[in-house]
Amino acid sequence: MRALSKRYGERLAVDAVDLTVQAGDVYGYLGPNGAGKTTSLRMLLGLIRPTEGVARLFGKDPQVSGARALDAVAGFVEAPCFYPYLSGRKNLELCAAYDGGGEAKRRIDESLDLVDLADRAKDRVGSYSHGMKQRLGIAGALIRNPKLLVLDEPTTGLDPAGMRDMRELVRRLASEGLTVMLSSHLMSEVEELCNRVAIIRGGSILFDGELDELLKSDGESRRLRSSDQAQAAAIATRLGIANRIGDSGELELTGGDDELISRYTVELGRAGVGIIELTTGRGSLEHFFFQLTEGESETPALPAAEPEPAVAAAR
Amino acid sequence: MTRPKALTVYLWELRKLARQKRTYLGLGAAVIVPILFVAALHFQNGAPNDVAFGRYVRESGLAVPLVLLLFGSIWLFPLITALVAGDIIAAEDHNGTLKTILTRSVDRGHVFAGKTLAAATYAALALALTGVVAVVAGTLQSGFNPLTDLSGQPVSARRSLMLVAASFLVYLVPILAIACFGLCLSALTRNSAAAVVGTLMFALLMQLIGILPGLSGTQPYLLSTQLSAWQGFFRVPTDWLPIMRGLWVSAAYGLPALMIAYLTFLRRDVTGG
Repeated sequence: MRALSKRYGERLAVDAVDLTVQAGDVYGYLGPNGAGKTTSLRMLLGLIRPTEGVARLFGKDPQVSGARALDAVAGFVEAPCFYPYLSGRKNLELCAAYDGGGEAKRRIDESLDLVDLADRAKDRVGSYSHGMKQRLGIAGALIRNPKLLVLDEPTTGLDPAGMRDMRELVRRLASEGLTVMLSSHLMSEVEELCNRVAIIRGGSILFDGELDELLKSDGESRRLRSSDQAQAAAIATRLGIANRIGDSGELELTGGDDELISRYTVELGRAGVGIIELTTGRGSLEHFFFQLTEGESETPALPAAEPEPAVAAAR
Repeated sequence: MTRPKALTVYLWELRKLARQKRTYLGLGAAVIVPILFVAALHFQNGAPNDVAFGRYVRESGLAVPLVLLLFGSIWLFPLITALVAGDIIAAEDHNGTLKTILTRSVDRGHVFAGKTLAAATYAALALALTGVVAVVAGTLQSGFNPLTDLSGQPVSARRSLMLVAASFLVYLVPILAIACFGLCLSALTRNSAAAVVGTLMFALLMQLIGILPGLSGTQPYLLSTQLSAWQGFFRVPTDWLPIMRGLWVSAAYGLPALMIAYLTFLRRDVTGG
């Protein structure tokens, strides 16, 4: 997507979004509800026209090339929708016919097996649960044998078991080499599945890059409970370890390698400060996300941005 | 990749229609109305003498389909046509299935063409059903007898049957124009009920304009008037003027509506579902 914008009257739903999905990525598109994720994806798939900018799929703009731009792409925006009066299989046959028949039709059985719907394929979709419709949506996407799978909030509305199964399916598809663009407002989901992430809020991209880099940028942190937190903080400062006492009373220590932390614990002992608990943790997407979206910090330490041009597409 | 064309969409539209209850409401009405009409003739005296061919329904069964064409003009055929034409785009938009099919490999233009053909097929099928059932039921009731035409000349039963078939074909043209208007409302409103009711209101409005004092000059150019154009077949010599006018006036209503529907469908943002 390059400078992709969508305006509804006075409201700017998507504001000059630039992002690129690389081949092999499991790309998380993260943002709160109403951030502009679905609108961006609708533009990407040619369902709505951008007010400005362009979206390209494998170099083709859906607004110019029409259905040809979607040849290697499949997925769904919001919930997958099917004809309730047709069976699951008939719905897939319709989808296959609209994909040109042939190969797509031959993949129906395989796709139904993959999403574990083979035994309910003859039932009308109107009798399916939400989770089954989501899985049928994935099956409908897979019969196109896509290179890029676009999934919009695929676990929304699913029970915990359904969420687990859906994530497992996405992980499995990604491991088979499929590029996945997954929009979600669930940080744990994105953190669990994705290697790259874009964070959007108010229609604007706040971050776009490698998830690992992002988490590293959030810094390794440690939390300390001791017999004298004030003195422990003073010793940390003396040793050059950034620290602050959090709302819970724990002393949050950031920065400092293992050697320095080891020296710190010795110093605490010498000063007669007893260590009750010292835990280590990597930075979390959740922490970073709230820093960005709620302004805890105006400029969190972002990892180096990708030098890629922000053209849209999986290549 | 073999890219699907309008024919693929058309055939699937017919399959979808075959699986929906509302399809059978319209087709059921197209079958039941002639049966009810003939049943009424059978059990009651008298005839609908105030409409063309009404006085002949007890002399020839072939008068029955013609009387039904006149009665059906008021709301029956416009309603049956609107049921599908007004629904065929709007319902998909509302249910979100439009985005399902528009993210496959078929172009929007072909989707629109397939849907238009399906709506036209449905209207034609309903009309054909009424015609066949009316001829059979009418013949059973009043016999396969010669018909008296509007010039007072007797017409053999066989020729009358051919003229009845031609009349239904000519009648189909303004009905298709109504279907085009339904498609237009379906694309514009994205609301099935509004499009169906709006199409019916449009057809009724045409008839209302035709009877308003001071507006009688517009009558030859109203779509509702073209629903009577087939009567030209039953004059000696055949009066081609209303028939030809019926064709171009229907086209003048239908084609712009179809073009608006097409352009709207092609350019619209798909946000439903």
